[in-house]
Amino acid sequence: MASIRDIKRRIKSVDSTSQITKAMKLVATAKMQKAKQNLEATRPFFNKMQATIASIVNRSNGIIHPYLTERKVKNTMYIVMASDRGLAGGYNVNISKFAYNHMSDKNNVKLITIGKKAKDYFNRRNFNIYDSYLGISENPKYFYAAKIGETILDLYKKQEIDEVYLAYTSFKSTINQEPMIIKILPVDVSKFEEVNEIDNTDIMNYEPSEEGVLNYVIPKYISSIIYGAMVEAAASEQGARMTAMDSATENAEDIISKLTLQYNRARQADITQEISEIVAGAEALN
Amino acid sequence: MKMNLQIITPDKKFFDEEVDRIVFKTTEGDIGILPNHEPLTTIISIGYIKIKQEEKERKASLIGGFAEIQPDKVTILADAAEWPHEIDRSRAEAAKRRAEERLAKKSAEIDRARAETALKRALVRLEISQYSDK
Repeated sequence: MASIRDIKRRIKSVDSTSQITKAMKLVATAKMQKAKQNLEATRPFFNKMQATIASIVNRSNGIIHPYLTERKVKNTMYIVMASDRGLAGGYNVNISKFAYNHMSDKNNVKLITIGKKAKDYFNRRNFNIYDSYLGISENPKYFYAAKIGETILDLYKKQEIDEVYLAYTSFKSTINQEPMIIKILPVDVSKFEEVNEIDNTDIMNYEPSEEGVLNYVIPKYISSIIYGAMVEAAASEQGARMTAMDSATENAEDIISKLTLQYNRARQADITQEISEIVAGAEALN
Repeated sequence: MKMNLQIITPDKKFFDEEVDRIVFKTTEGDIGILPNHEPLTTIISIGYIKIKQEEKERKASLIGGFAEIQPDKVTILADAAEWPHEIDRSRAEAAKRRAEERLAKKSAEIDRARAETALKRALVRLEISQYSDK
């Protein structure tokens, strides 16, 4: 059995760990609140964007646009969003694994990763990483989304990639985040949520032209969908970290209470032994 | 007769109120919108928007994006929009200088286009920042 001093030392070390995890939980909670506000602020932009594209496509009879038409798929691009830092429970592994399982042939996959953890995960598995972004996952900026959007549209135009998937963690609630994969190129209008609300009979004019507007709006849409995913992933990261740190703190408390019990028992055993020694000694004298 | 004007940027809802008249710059030129305008979707270039509400007229920068115009409602999705007091003058001036330096050097075509839009953005911001908000 461990000595009293050993137990005491363990209690102290577990206690300081629990203080750290508790502090990290508080930080994650505060950051998540901010990320959640951000998330609510981005939604209207994104929804309106979808509605506009859907309405242009629906009103114009069978417009043919390279960004909207499927073609034979040779190369696929995946954009995977994870975080730079760990200690977020299963957050990073879940999304990386989810994307990994979705890929059919490793050799035809190009990757853009956001966050160090995603980069490491796919690097270890010898994937072809086209580009990686570090240090932006916690605090997403539209600028980076636009840059990524530009990159993939350029590759798509050059036929170096034929479809693009976006893997991110969707923020359902504070305690529930779900890995998701969506196809962002070619754009599939029929999957848009708002599509049913649009009245096809409305007249709409376009300036300079339907095609001109689409040419302009689709890249914007791609950037906005990437930005939206970045913001969701940021909120999810903090949510996951918060939950992970919360259970770590709880576990630490469990361990401390077990150790304290052990400590008290050991102490009691010591005292009992001492007393019986004294009693035995006293008896021997008589 | 009034119409509803919404200006939405990626990070926030910039404006959502009833207005009398607006003027902004599209890729085809300046356009003025009064209530009951015919439906129109158009692309916004780098410029500003003038918003008239009763006696008040306000100006804000409006950089890139597109507008969907309905008779009773105008929705603008912009890359960026700022009121004069929100503009950081020193930052805009620095951006202007940077763009001018890049334009002075002769480099690849794509860099030139980018520098030109950066310069335009900076100039619009500098111009708008001179107006008051009221």
